[in-house]
Amino acid sequence: MSGEEHPSPARKRRKAPSGPASSEGLHGRRSSLLLSARASRMRRAAGLAGNGTLLLITSSSAIVVLFIFYFIFKDALPFFRLQGLGEFFTSTRWYPSSHPAEFGALAIFFGSALVTLGAIVVAVPLGVSAAVCLSDVLPFGMRQAIKPVIEILAAIPSVAYGFFALVVFAPLLQEGGGRIMALCTWLLGAPVAVLSTVILADLLAGRASPRARAGVRVVALAALGACWVLGLQILAARLGQIEVASGTNALNVSLILGIMALPTVVSVSEDALQAAGRELREGSYALGATRAETILRVVIPAAGSGILAAVILGVMRAIGETMVVWMASGNAAKIPVPWYNLLEPVRTLTATIAGDMGEADHVTGSARYHVLFAMALGLLTISFACNLASEWVLRRAQRKRGA
Amino acid sequence: MRRSTRKLIDRSFSGLGVMSIVLMAAALLVILAPIFVRGLGAIFFRGTVEFRRMQLEQFERGSRAAVEEETAAAAAARAPVYRMLAEFEEELSAMAAEERRQYAGQLREVRELVTELLGPAPGTPAPVLPRDQYGQTRWDRARFKLDLLLQRTEYDYSDAARMGREVRVDRARDFAGTRLEPLFDYLRAHAREMLRPRLTAYLRFLTDAPLDSHFFGGIWPAILGTLYLTLGAMLFALPMGVISAVYLVEYAGQGRLISLLRTCVSTLAGVPSIVFALFGLAFFIHSLHVTPGKSIIAGSMTLAALILPTIIRASEEAIRAVPETYKEAALSLGAGKWRAVITVILPASLPGILTGTVISMGRAAGETAPIIFTAAVSVGKAVELFQARFWEALAQPTPALPWNIYNLATEHEAVDEIRHVQFGMVFVLVLLVLLLNAAAIALRARVARRLRG
Repeated sequence: MSGEEHPSPARKRRKAPSGPASSEGLHGRRSSLLLSARASRMRRAAGLAGNGTLLLITSSSAIVVLFIFYFIFKDALPFFRLQGLGEFFTSTRWYPSSHPAEFGALAIFFGSALVTLGAIVVAVPLGVSAAVCLSDVLPFGMRQAIKPVIEILAAIPSVAYGFFALVVFAPLLQEGGGRIMALCTWLLGAPVAVLSTVILADLLAGRASPRARAGVRVVALAALGACWVLGLQILAARLGQIEVASGTNALNVSLILGIMALPTVVSVSEDALQAAGRELREGSYALGATRAETILRVVIPAAGSGILAAVILGVMRAIGETMVVWMASGNAAKIPVPWYNLLEPVRTLTATIAGDMGEADHVTGSARYHVLFAMALGLLTISFACNLASEWVLRRAQRKRGA
Repeated sequence: MRRSTRKLIDRSFSGLGVMSIVLMAAALLVILAPIFVRGLGAIFFRGTVEFRRMQLEQFERGSRAAVEEETAAAAAARAPVYRMLAEFEEELSAMAAEERRQYAGQLREVRELVTELLGPAPGTPAPVLPRDQYGQTRWDRARFKLDLLLQRTEYDYSDAARMGREVRVDRARDFAGTRLEPLFDYLRAHAREMLRPRLTAYLRFLTDAPLDSHFFGGIWPAILGTLYLTLGAMLFALPMGVISAVYLVEYAGQGRLISLLRTCVSTLAGVPSIVFALFGLAFFIHSLHVTPGKSIIAGSMTLAALILPTIIRASEEAIRAVPETYKEAALSLGAGKWRAVITVILPASLPGILTGTVISMGRAAGETAPIIFTAAVSVGKAVELFQARFWEALAQPTPALPWNIYNLATEHEAVDEIRHVQFGMVFVLVLLVLLLNAAAIALRARVARRLRG
């Protein structure tokens, strides 16, 4: 900034309040630096008014939250008054359009829970290890190159994910579901198998006497490797036998939701890992720990609450997602048999709200209309609780770090 | 534990981390690749003579003489097909009743497929719907139909334990010994002459209105609707969000009220998008009566509520990133707090605020759930915003890309026939969002450079 520009606005400012003071004619020229009582009062009033306006605008988001709760609650209440609580939470019979209508939403709650659980199983191990890799393993330049991948994953609209799940992934799963699962078993199992075999053999060899060491290592390698190969082969053959009746099922949705929740998990847990601090890591290194030991025994425990918050936020993302589950979950309101069978279609809260609102009668306000608000209330309660929990966890972590 | 083991564990640990990142990138690639490749297929494809005839008759594009000449050449190549069908019909009337009944059903199927492939037979009255007036306009679809024509599918249920297995049967075998048998060889050999595929760049896909519920034409109304909804949402959310951020950073203290406000903002960020949809329906439409039904304005307001927390957070961060010295310098020169905010802090944090704004624009453009009940319709004209009555334009519902993708992919009467349109829409939407994000990333890089330098 250049020097000449400053005096002019400053001078202007000084002149403005001097107007009323000089008109009173009491202080003469010296009053240019003083404020009369009235001007000062006016100034304070203007400040307060401005502050108030700003506060009002800022509270608009709070007002929106209140309104959301109020309106969802207001429209959910008639349902509970009409139908009571028991059926909604305990029955699995969802026949909203028959006479008399039945509104048992247990299977739908279960569908939401199952799909969310599946998403978390995909997103958390992958996300946390990616976050560890980003914060502690990769050099800075690589990290900058990988950040956009996470951002793009987060930016892709949910309807595009849903479209992919429905049009590309579901037919693939239906055609060769068993083979895909067998292939994935090998792809994911092989590295784990190789690593664990080598490490275990090394550990066993370390225990043996120095003379027998080489022999023990070879035997252990062979035995463990054979065990792994056999186990993986049996598992893959089992999975390869499975025929997928429909590609739009809980497995499909869980995988896609897991990918969608990944960016949240990665970025929040990476923040937590970064916040764990350099001193902690350097202390651990100074004691002779390797990087893996430092991360597993020092950094992750220190960042534990942040990672927990990441998981909670991932749950929120998965449970609130509408389009993917609406398009690709199959929308069958029943609990799979057995309950963990991901290959059966399920139906979730969000998909039910989105799908049934068109058929529900808005105008007369029937139970069919209000039951959807009851479900929305359920969703809202869950996400509110998750949100409070994640905030509490993060705040506790902050306090612990500060202390 | 031995040192070599510890080293090994260390290495493999890093390996697992790298593998997870590779998996993540692979997932992104697997999802984006089909969307990009097949989405571009909506614009660049091999169009048949039927496509050019459709463009001429429905949109008055292309040279009439060239298209007529080409149509005549194609008709000459098609003539034997119709001749063989007519001959077989004659042969059929001479057959015994038993045989006739057997062939009649199969012949009807063949005739229907020929009509689907080549369009209505010459001499028959023109159908009402444009989709029935033309044969296959795209060569990939034509080849698919040709396959159906050459072979039919049967299911083999001999193994009761498993699901039925698909078996393809040559239709030529069904008609062996009749005068229709050579038809199938002829179709196989002369499909190109009959349809004359040629590489076509249908760039107007982006700016055409859809014709006959998206069988032909483009996606302009949906693109326009998405733009209006996004800009409308920004119009409501941006001022509110930036002012809120300024207040939270510069004016608010640490009181209980403020921490409550912050909790509200994060709660709002966590509300599922479908709940916003119900809220928009119950509040803006049924309670406030902003408009009697779905409308751009109600949809924009709902989307604005959805992206408000994102904008507040991004702006807060941007304002916090402005060095304290800037503000102190402004205050020391005699500027009041408000003046310091307006003339120094906001301009300095503008790129950061813009970054957040652009990212939340992408979010608003891609959100489907909130507009289902508040703004989106599946079929509609492009909204003319600059007409005499501005308000009325805003008070009408509009098609929008996210909703139309859902609608065409699940509820359309002929989902499989218009896959290319669906992919085209997804491609355009993803491209729009990615471009917005790329702009945000570029902006952020500039800010980082400026703050460093």
